[in-house]
Amino acid sequence: MSDRIEVLKTYKTYVGGKFPRSESGHTYPVKDSSGNKIANACRCTRKDVRDAMVVARSAFSGWSSRSAYNRGQILYRIAEMLEGRKEQFQKELELAGLKKKVAAREIEQSVDRLIYYAGWTDKISQVFGTVNPVASAHFNFSMPDPTGVVGIIAPDNNHLLGLVSVIAPVIAGGNTCIVLASESNPLPAITFGEVLNDSDVPGGVVNILSGIQSEMISHLSSHMDVNGVWNAANNSDNRKQIDENGALNIKRIIHTPVVDWADEKHENPYLITNFQETKTTWHPVGN
Amino acid sequence: MSDQKTKSTKTEEKANGIPKPTSPNSDLKLDYSSFWNYSDAPESSDKVVIEDTYNHFINGEFVEPEKGRRFASVNPATEEVLSQFAEGTSEDVDKAVKAARKAYKNVWSKMPGRERGKYIFRIARMIQERSRELAIIESMDGGKPIRESRDVDIPLVAAHFFYYAGWADKLEYAFPGRKPEPLGVCGQIIPWNFPMLMLAWKIAPALATGNTVVLKPAETTPLTALRFAEICRDAGLPDGVVNIVTGAGQTGSEIVNHPDVNKVAFTGSTQVGKIIQKSLAGTDKKFTLELGGKGANIIFEDASIDQAVEGVVNAIFFNQGHVCCAGSRLIVQEGISDRFIQKLKDRMETLIVGDPLDKNTDIGAINSKEQYERIKTYLDLGGKEGAVMHQSSCDLPQNGYFCRPTIFTNVSQSNRIVQEEIFGPVLTIQTFRTPDEAVQKANNSPYGLSGGIWTDKGSKIFNTGQQVRAGVMWTNTFNKFDPTSPFGGYKESGVGREGGLHGLYPYVNLV
Repeated sequence: MSDRIEVLKTYKTYVGGKFPRSESGHTYPVKDSSGNKIANACRCTRKDVRDAMVVARSAFSGWSSRSAYNRGQILYRIAEMLEGRKEQFQKELELAGLKKKVAAREIEQSVDRLIYYAGWTDKISQVFGTVNPVASAHFNFSMPDPTGVVGIIAPDNNHLLGLVSVIAPVIAGGNTCIVLASESNPLPAITFGEVLNDSDVPGGVVNILSGIQSEMISHLSSHMDVNGVWNAANNSDNRKQIDENGALNIKRIIHTPVVDWADEKHENPYLITNFQETKTTWHPVGN
Repeated sequence: MSDQKTKSTKTEEKANGIPKPTSPNSDLKLDYSSFWNYSDAPESSDKVVIEDTYNHFINGEFVEPEKGRRFASVNPATEEVLSQFAEGTSEDVDKAVKAARKAYKNVWSKMPGRERGKYIFRIARMIQERSRELAIIESMDGGKPIRESRDVDIPLVAAHFFYYAGWADKLEYAFPGRKPEPLGVCGQIIPWNFPMLMLAWKIAPALATGNTVVLKPAETTPLTALRFAEICRDAGLPDGVVNIVTGAGQTGSEIVNHPDVNKVAFTGSTQVGKIIQKSLAGTDKKFTLELGGKGANIIFEDASIDQAVEGVVNAIFFNQGHVCCAGSRLIVQEGISDRFIQKLKDRMETLIVGDPLDKNTDIGAINSKEQYERIKTYLDLGGKEGAVMHQSSCDLPQNGYFCRPTIFTNVSQSNRIVQEEIFGPVLTIQTFRTPDEAVQKANNSPYGLSGGIWTDKGSKIFNTGQQVRAGVMWTNTFNKFDPTSPFGGYKESGVGREGGLHGLYPYVNLV
């Protein structure tokens, strides 16, 4: 062992392609599985949610109008960057108490899951779009179209794989999102922000906030410019509140209390279509 | 093009000394009434029998309401009471849900899709057989012109059942990689603007996917739903598969909150939709909501103007403007706006407002006194907000609730008449310079149900159509419907789709 003093990392948030601290100026301690403090994470507030909303909304038109091919390439690029940073995540997941092999497997699966969704971007409208044989003289077709800005409450289990499993389908479909990272261990989420930042993902497409989830959920789910909420918490604690807030502006709300995100059934195109609108276009046929 | 038309118009003028009605491309105004007098052409209602009172339809039979309470449905064109209906209480709803549950468990969910489909085909055929009777009743109960109920509503109803009947034994092909399972009992609540059509949109996919239903028609238009109950009985549909409970908002709330309902499907106002979504919070009930709209109809300078004028008329005056997807906001490019608005005013003068049962009628009666008052409030509000109102000068019948076709110019994006759904024959007109501005104005709304684009340039249609956040885009056409075509909104216009393959999703669990 050398005598060198290790440089510790400051964990901040990832918003609008930048890494700002919470406007609150507060942090909360993140502990390892034995209860030892390992880092201070930003304790984000309503104001942080609202600021993230502004950038997520402004990023939406650009991201949703990228070609499906281009979005696929960018998702693939995220996977490439993650692959290259395996060691860093290995360390963070082990800190959280994962066994070496389990952590390695989780990272590999996260990379693979990104590639899975990268391949869906330019197939989703082929599999879920239709040409409709209307009886009148019109050409009529229906296509999936992203819902807009999605608020994601990240799972508190599978700190990396769970996070990737909810972000990837949302952005593969052309949405932008605000993610409330796992409360018990937000470190992999913030580090994943660095991966995103290195991957040609336009700033504002994914915004990651850390903090006490119960302090932010009501603000996220009641925000009138959020179009959908994906509650991936592995419990039903906040379910009713999210549903009720969703009714304020008819949000699309999905609850997935998944126990193990490693299960392959948690990667499928229906997780993309949850946040897709169907747009139907008519045009007359004639001379 | 336009030169040629002007020329041909000029030759027509000489025909027998008096000028004929002209193409709207010429400078002369449309003037039908001076040359053609429309004789009355009423559709007779003699052959239609309407009873004095109607009961709920539960478990295959018509049953008296438990508490015996009744309400009246009025013909909005005459203000006469048509019939008395049962007001559903929690006891009635519970009885209906139990019947639906029993039918689901014992019969409907066990029946092979092919046989289920055959019942639905039967229903489609019987609707066709009784189509004129249904059309007349629809017009009497709801005030819509017979031309629309006869040529649009009822044919679409039959087509809808026919379409979904065919799905019943083909569901395994509809959901890639997944198997569909029915949900159970569906509670369905429908509005008064297309009573029978909305019933079809709700019941046809529910039955095809193996669910049973409890449906509540709107309190002002329950008549055709009970005729439909007769059709179910005549078709031999097993008891309890379809149950119709009549009543108003309280009855609807009993259905939504009944613990044994697995799915709620609602079409109506955004205000009520929000209440329903909230009351379902924390439950496992699935829901679809088809709510309000404030559709933007964008007219580009290069559009075929006369076609677009017709399209705008159809977009806002179809069914008295009682259409959630109505094109109630006209957004017209500045270079043609003056000419366009003049042509629209001229065309409005030719619209016939009157007896819904008269085949010449273009605009029938406003559905109810309540809705009539609501529209009037908005007409007053428009003036207060500084808008300029123009109405056609037509005569209105002495009795009944009628409203002249109305347009508002000089409006601002923030005006309530631009932001809120009026649900009447009332159009606001804004102008724009660039396509971006048009899109921005179109999307400046909490709603996102429908939109229209009029241009002769295909690339512009796709570019603008992609950017307008709405579930149905009508391009160079408006207010077209088909059972194969999914319908439903973005944002506060609702969740889920009705119609087409996409309309199956809300009625299945995928495993």
